[in-house]
Amino acid sequence: MNWVLVVLGGAVGAPLRYLTDRAVQARHASGFPWGTCAVNAAGSLLLGVVTGAVASDAASSYAHLLVGTGLCGALTTYSTFSYETLRLAESGQRLLAALNVTVSVLAALGAVTLGSALGGAVGG
Amino acid sequence: MPARSGPGVSWAVLGAVSAGGALGALARYGALLAWPAPAGGFPWALFGVNVLGSGLIGALMVLVAENGRDRWAPPLARPFLGVGVLGGFTSFSTYAMDVSGLLAGGEPVKATAYALGTVGGALGGVWAAAAVTRRALGRRGGGVAGGRAA
Repeated sequence: MNWVLVVLGGAVGAPLRYLTDRAVQARHASGFPWGTCAVNAAGSLLLGVVTGAVASDAASSYAHLLVGTGLCGALTTYSTFSYETLRLAESGQRLLAALNVTVSVLAALGAVTLGSALGGAVGG
Repeated sequence: MPARSGPGVSWAVLGAVSAGGALGALARYGALLAWPAPAGGFPWALFGVNVLGSGLIGALMVLVAENGRDRWAPPLARPFLGVGVLGGFTSFSTYAMDVSGLLAGGEPVKATAYALGTVGGALGGVWAAAAVTRRALGRRGGGVAGGRAA
């Protein structure tokens, strides 16, 4: 039944990404893909929290499949990140493309690290 | 995409994104089960998933969004395949968690190789797939008339 949890999480995570991206891009009408960068950081934070909580026995492995693998996995995306970076580079905005890569990777890494600490603290 | 015209969001688009996301997440889960990374090992499965998904979106977006092709592409193709399936298939959070795990496990070289290798593979994949698809369609150059993927 593990795959059912992943499917349910994915069915919620992907539309959540779509709606968040629309909301963020509507407020920041720049060429920079703030929406994707934001969902990737937010999903990484949440995955960190869930992983940290599971590691400290505050959450079950089922929670990790539903929220971590399913929801956070689908809430965040590598394909759209890649395509948006390509578009920035192709339209001559190479500096913004490089900035997108740097900010996205560092923000997601910082977010999982912070999330893991928070999730671990929940379990004491 | 019909939902682009106004502040409202079409339920058909949301449903297509959700169904695609469920399928994509399931496929990613299957790949991670089929090729599990041992502790401290290079996460090849997710590396492959993210590079493959990035290549596929490069081809998809050329097919459904560039040079006016969004006018005749099936309206739900992009939300279902692009935002849903490929968005749900690839994962930035699991990638970041893998890098963090390798660093915490005392594998800084492997962590760096994986972090940079995925970026390079995914960007190379999306670029190459878009270029090959444009060439196959008989058009050259960077047709950036399309919209955003999601």
